[in-house]
Amino acid sequence: MNSSYAVPAVALVVLATVLVGAFGLRISRTTSDFYVASRTVGPRLNAAAISGEYLSAASFLGIAGLVLVQGPDMLWYPVGYTAGYLVLLLFVAAPLRRSGAYTLPDFAEARLSSHAVRRLAGAFVVGTGWLYLLPQLQGAGLTLTVLTGAPDELGGLIVAVVVVAIVAAGGMRSITFVQAFQYWLKLTALLVPALFLILAWQGDGAPSRPFDEPSTFREQSAVRVDDTLDLKLDRPLTVTVKGTVDGRAHEDQKVRLPVGTHHIEAGTRLTFDKGAPVPDPDRGSSGSLSPSQAENRGERPLYATYGLILATFLGTMGLPHVVVRFYTSPHGVAARRTTVAVLGLIGAFYLLPPVYGALGRLYAPELSLSGDADAAVLLLPERMIGGLGGDLLGALVAGGAFAAFLSTASGLTMAVAGVLTQDVLPSRGVRHFRLGTVLAMAVPLAASALVGGLPVADAVGLAFAVSASSFCPLLVLGIWWRRLTPPGAAAGMLVGGGSALLAVAATMAGFPGSGALHALLAWPALWSVPLGFLTMILVSLATPGRVPAGTAAILARFHLPEELRAEVKA
Amino acid sequence: MSGFIAGLCVAILPLLAAGFWLGRRTVRSQNMGGLGTPVEHATFETLHTASLAAPPLRAGLTEETARKSARRLRSLLGTDALCLTDQKDVLVWDGVGGHHRTEIMELLAGPLESGRGEAFPLTCDTPDCPVRWAVVAPLTVDDRVHGALVACAPRESAVLVRAAGEVARWVSVQLELADLDQSRTRLIEAEIKALRAQISPHFIFNSLAVIASFVRTDPERARELLLEFADFTRYSFRRHGDFTTLADELHAIDHYLALVRARFGDRLSVTLQIAPEVLPVALPFLCLQPLVENAVKHGLEGRSALPGKSHISITAQDAGAEALVVIEDDGAGMDPALLRRILAGEVSPSGGIGLSNVDDRLRQVYGDAYGLVIETAPGAGMKITARLPKYQPGVHSAGRLTRE
Repeated sequence: MNSSYAVPAVALVVLATVLVGAFGLRISRTTSDFYVASRTVGPRLNAAAISGEYLSAASFLGIAGLVLVQGPDMLWYPVGYTAGYLVLLLFVAAPLRRSGAYTLPDFAEARLSSHAVRRLAGAFVVGTGWLYLLPQLQGAGLTLTVLTGAPDELGGLIVAVVVVAIVAAGGMRSITFVQAFQYWLKLTALLVPALFLILAWQGDGAPSRPFDEPSTFREQSAVRVDDTLDLKLDRPLTVTVKGTVDGRAHEDQKVRLPVGTHHIEAGTRLTFDKGAPVPDPDRGSSGSLSPSQAENRGERPLYATYGLILATFLGTMGLPHVVVRFYTSPHGVAARRTTVAVLGLIGAFYLLPPVYGALGRLYAPELSLSGDADAAVLLLPERMIGGLGGDLLGALVAGGAFAAFLSTASGLTMAVAGVLTQDVLPSRGVRHFRLGTVLAMAVPLAASALVGGLPVADAVGLAFAVSASSFCPLLVLGIWWRRLTPPGAAAGMLVGGGSALLAVAATMAGFPGSGALHALLAWPALWSVPLGFLTMILVSLATPGRVPAGTAAILARFHLPEELRAEVKA
Repeated sequence: MSGFIAGLCVAILPLLAAGFWLGRRTVRSQNMGGLGTPVEHATFETLHTASLAAPPLRAGLTEETARKSARRLRSLLGTDALCLTDQKDVLVWDGVGGHHRTEIMELLAGPLESGRGEAFPLTCDTPDCPVRWAVVAPLTVDDRVHGALVACAPRESAVLVRAAGEVARWVSVQLELADLDQSRTRLIEAEIKALRAQISPHFIFNSLAVIASFVRTDPERARELLLEFADFTRYSFRRHGDFTTLADELHAIDHYLALVRARFGDRLSVTLQIAPEVLPVALPFLCLQPLVENAVKHGLEGRSALPGKSHISITAQDAGAEALVVIEDDGAGMDPALLRRILAGEVSPSGGIGLSNVDDRLRQVYGDAYGLVIETAPGAGMKITARLPKYQPGVHSAGRLTRE
């Protein structure tokens, strides 16, 4: 891909982020605009900011890659990512705002007045945040590699350094405008190229059937296999090979591969004829950015789909960087309106990645072989339009992808650093916040270097699962059940979130390679969420004496509209 | 790497705590066994039991605290049953013979009235009921009877009467301490209320004078100013809640500045820079306006000789879990030593409730780490920084529910 436009585009995005962050304050010099300057953030602006913070690399690149490789089954991902806000809207948004809590540990303390539960919630915020940061850094590495051929870790390092520099230097004096800007940037970066791509598709005679199984090559095309892989063939395939297949070296020979599994070495170049079906790769450990465990879904698709649905529906409410944004709404009703707007904005955004996935299936099916499926969004403009136009559109997409890494990573870093500063590091102060920022970013950066070869990108789904099993019970029961006790909340978070975390760790370490146990560990939400709820309820019922004293008053504050409270008091 | 170490620490911490606890337990029991004569040992044992029963009672006499302390008190007295009552009900019955509850309350009417201890025989239909006698010792705080301690035994015993009396006196002392704790809390609350800022009378006189000066020349302007004045005074005289939001406080500052500008005209310019996400932050009522008033005073005082402009800037930024509010003027400044004495309350500043009040209230609400940070020198202006946590237990802006 031509990097002469993409690199300036990425640099421009970084620069714009820094500038908006540093000068995004509302300034007033005369009397008349004083009032405007001190007006609170409206639902629409806040919703754009939440969406900007939420739409991460997994959304921007990963979904298109998944649809490309696995077809329309993967549409559950955008549905799940969006529907999480519906649950948030119905059960959590307004009471959470009225609780006055800024972070999840704050909520735990406000509801249960217990320092121990606060600490525990803080630990889970840090854990979830780190899990979620990991794929952002890896995605940045992948994007930079595709754009410029730079080494894999460089992109992650750049994002980490930029985010730490901005956040630690106090550059994000007003993060709302930055994130809202990032949302519109991301939407533009996908929407404009998508329009051109659809025009090109129309001009091509609008070939349909992108989801025919299996997808076929529309013209003779050559694929270079970057990672060693196994091909599973359902029918014989004739292909021109330059490299090593099944241990035998070939030099531009036409080879007829029989039905079965074939081992293809890295660096091999395969040339397919027009109309040939795209074979199904069977990859042990893919470096893909896709938020799924593709190879595992095949075995237990139903279980995996329900696991995904539960994790994304219930996990959104516990994402630390999403929760803090609700504080910006002036009151509970505004928080609800904000969530409705978020549903609209995110829903609109998620229409686009499947378009890229479907077009990728038509025009770049070989990406599923070369291991770069996640780069589909980045490569399609060049592939379908070409020339200067294609390069410029490609640069736009690349800028959008970097905006995705930057916004999510900075939001997460601020959330994690806030918790580290408040609850972990010894004393408070600006210097400690900087230390917390460095620590918040250093751990996932080190982890991304250490576990680089493993499918850590699945961490997005796994972060959702951990959040769904620890914070969802805490929030839902904390808001709607008056008999929740501190020991119950602590036990529920430990058992639910802890078991999900262990499952995640086992999956990341590649512990059981396959089988039913692997499916259970790779999609923990389906058992860990009920486990968390059950533990929390049972332990709370077993310790009725520990219900906090002011529970009735606290719940009244959570649920009564603010104006009503003022009248009650007056 | 540090994360790994942190993880390791987290993993080891529970083990360390468990080991510490276990070690403490074993060491203590050995010491108790080996130290002193049997009599001294018994004394230690008694004191230890008494000290274990004390903490729950320090929260006052309620069903929960009574339940927590009753078992210890019974082991102190060595009786079969022990019961704590308030003036109407049995709070807890520890030990056998719970069916005597109602009977005890009937018998208690006299002692609760007189405040003197007594012993009663109990009537019981159960043939082998071990509870035949009840020794009643009232619990008094400041000569008022709060409840009674009832110790039940199979037979009459002078020792038990004496012991119950002593234990009741000891419990009464704990309850008196609880009373003291409560008064201390009330004192702090009253202090916060007393510290609640009031607008300075000078400001009212000056504003009215300014408005009066416009009434003939520019009636429309006078009307506007009067409305500003009404809004500002409504805000500062409102009674509900000790806390407000940064947005409301800034609006009040806006009204205040409109009145000040009417008085000083072009000599004062104000810049406001606000990060909108910190506007919902809850903070003590009227704790920024005095800082702005201070800046206006200092800014204009420094310029009284020369006709130049004075400039004030108000900045509110987002800083992680805190909001950072900075109020800066380019006026006369102040000698840091004098400022330190003003904040320590040694000298009262000339007019205005000023900085020390705001500083006191911020420390009361958020803790000592959140006092004002003031940078100044004579002739160098003044920069006041206030850090406001976005969340603090118990701090909710207006519309707060009253505490029972």
